[in-house]
Amino acid sequence: MKLGKVLGKVWATVKDPKLEGVKLYIMQPIDEYEKPMGKALIAVDAVSSREGDIVYWVGGAEATLPFKDRQIPSDASIVGLVDRIDT
Amino acid sequence: MGIMFLCEVVGSIVSTIKHDCYQGKKIMLVRPISPDKKMQNGTMVAVDTVGAGKGEIVLVAAEGRSASEILKFESRMPMRSVIVGIVDKIQINRFKY
Repeated sequence: MKLGKVLGKVWATVKDPKLEGVKLYIMQPIDEYEKPMGKALIAVDAVSSREGDIVYWVGGAEATLPFKDRQIPSDASIVGLVDRIDT
Repeated sequence: MGIMFLCEVVGSIVSTIKHDCYQGKKIMLVRPISPDKKMQNGTMVAVDTVGAGKGEIVLVAAEGRSASEILKFESRMPMRSVIVGIVDKIQINRFKY
């Protein structure tokens, strides 16, 4: 998992049916000093994050598992909101 | 056991709103290090299972199946990096890697 910052939201009415009712955010991966790390990407939100939130997300096969009942075609899913970073 | 990294613990995060599988877990921030202990980019979030502290060199398992096994989840969870060990000593021989 990595840290990320939610930059904005994406709406797409025409999409894979498995993505119905799923919130898509533009998210910039960041390091522990909130410096950008790599390219921004589209992440599925599973914890009702909002724009500007610092979050953490999981990639790869595990990204399809954020929702209990179903698998979704996602390669990056936000799994937690960060209250505080202690370095 | 999937692939593992050598990392240094650089901090931790406080997070109350999170996926169930992270509830009650200590969540740390780690950075990969080279065998000669130079810190590299690519900060990762890792769940701690061995009581690692800031500044310690740790072993991080970075593969979903291993994470679910280590944390004894019944089904696969959206989690990958888990701190599975605290390194006491690293010994690398003369080969330049």
